[in-house]
Amino acid sequence: MGPVAFSETFERIWTMAISREEVRHVARLARLELSEDELARFGGQLDAILEAVGKVGELDLSGVEPTAHPLDLVNVWSDDEPRGSLSVAEVLANAPDSEDTFFRVPPA
Amino acid sequence: MSWQPVIGLEIHIHLKTRTKMFCRCELAYGLDANTRTCPICLGHPGTLPVPNARAIEWTIKLGLALGCEIADRAIFHRKNYFYPDLPKGYQISQYDEPLCRHGRLLVPGPEVDAEVGIVRAHLEEDAAKNVHVGGAAGRIHGAGRTLVDFNRGGTPLVEIVTRPDLHSADEARRFLQLLRQTVVELGISDAEMEKGSLRFDVNVSVRPAGSDELRTRTELKNMNSFAFAARGIQREVDRQIGIYEAGGEVEQETLHFDPDHELAPPLRSKEEAQDYRYFPEPDLVPLAPPRQLVERLRKEIPEPPGARIRRFESQYGLRFYDAEVLNGSVALAELYERVVSAGVDAKAASNVLMNEFARTGVEPGAVDAVELAKVIEARARIPRDRFNEALAGSGDPGFDAERYLGDGLVVETSELEPLVERVLAANEKEVAAYRAGKRGLLGFFVGQVMRETGGNADARVVNELLRTKLDA
Ligand SMILES: [Zn+2]
Repeated sequence: MGPVAFSETFERIWTMAISREEVRHVARLARLELSEDELARFGGQLDAILEAVGKVGELDLSGVEPTAHPLDLVNVWSDDEPRGSLSVAEVLANAPDSEDTFFRVPPA
Repeated sequence: MSWQPVIGLEIHIHLKTRTKMFCRCELAYGLDANTRTCPICLGHPGTLPVPNARAIEWTIKLGLALGCEIADRAIFHRKNYFYPDLPKGYQISQYDEPLCRHGRLLVPGPEVDAEVGIVRAHLEEDAAKNVHVGGAAGRIHGAGRTLVDFNRGGTPLVEIVTRPDLHSADEARRFLQLLRQTVVELGISDAEMEKGSLRFDVNVSVRPAGSDELRTRTELKNMNSFAFAARGIQREVDRQIGIYEAGGEVEQETLHFDPDHELAPPLRSKEEAQDYRYFPEPDLVPLAPPRQLVERLRKEIPEPPGARIRRFESQYGLRFYDAEVLNGSVALAELYERVVSAGVDAKAASNVLMNEFARTGVEPGAVDAVELAKVIEARARIPRDRFNEALAGSGDPGFDAERYLGDGLVVETSELEPLVERVLAANEKEVAAYRAGKRGLLGFFVGQVMRETGGNADARVVNELLRTKLDA
């Protein structure tokens, strides 16, 4: 498994201010084009968020199981019975562009 | 120096549930684009996924068939990446708490068996299907564009990751065949490569024989058949050995296989490290497979195909290759066992099923084994043509072996004699050659006589008659 878990990335970055390069990286992953000004502005906002979440790190959580979900529930699932789909007209109603019954997007 | 290939596989299998993984859109193949979609599988904001209970059961079932431990608790993660086939911007997958892990699959081989470790088997949703059209390389004129069909988006997909325990291209092919057979026999997937319901990537590296180091590996993608994969792996193994023997280093890269040219040209070297930012899916609660469910599913697991091959070798005294061919499908394996238990000699049954019977193309599942056993038992008494005809009809409803076994069909010996004489008279040159020592010509004479009888003669009687005449 190559990819790094979010939590590991998270632990690494919440202990220090987020760098401009990291903001640029995250923006690129989300296909957002940010100007230098925006990189600085969003970097500051992300810092504030990370700092707030980082408060959790001040607690002693050694005996606490990670919370996968705030509700204390397991095994919520449904039977494998079809319930109908949308009409093609409905499906494509909000599509900026379409061709036949396909969504059309810029070349990937 | 001798080298050992080190091969690992990552396989994706579509489950053939009725509905998708996280919504209840019907699964359908080959329909008009976007006719089986809804706000959930289109990734509209404000929707919530609901897992498909059957997909979870089937993943557990597959895990059990692969000898995996079934987790007491499993969770789904979001795997984030941006691509038009993924409307939410993430795929719901499993990460460090999958449903199944630590399994193994026995892959019998002609000399040694491979025991292939299964790292994990987890459940996720498939992406939509992108169709790329136009642009410079495209066949359709106009600006390049991508068309997206979300019918496939959200199909339940099981990902199976093996340990790098395979050590030849042939072993990898065998593993894939057994795995495919396993899921087909469990009834959880069609596992058809042409339909994309079975896909796999291969990791390949080599190391000096006897060492246990793991060297740089390359990844082969886009394999479209097991045979191509075996050839692609062999080619890649040879390429890597060539590099090391020339004093070079193998670079980590992804190779896309081109079946037309059977080449594996490097696509991108030093790929940018992937960064999927996995985190637990907050829209789904954990899975805690109930023990009774797991035990019920365990009882439903049929004999694994690899174990069946082993049993055929020991129980019926078959060679590995014969046992492997007879286990190519559970229907053929079952037919074989029924024919043998109806009294046919194990070797004879295997020969006929793998050769004459296989050539007829008759579906083994449609055959009445007791009737087929009668035909096979009579193979030496009845003419070849009749025998083949009987095999070809053996899958028909109400097939009756007796119709093909009647005595009247065989030309009587008294009628054969003049035929034999006529054939010998018409082939004087060959007769002379035979008498001069070309004994191999006997088969030629037998063939001539059989043709005269329309195949309705006992080949052994013809043989004897010919010998008597020729050696006189
Ligand atoms: Zn849907």
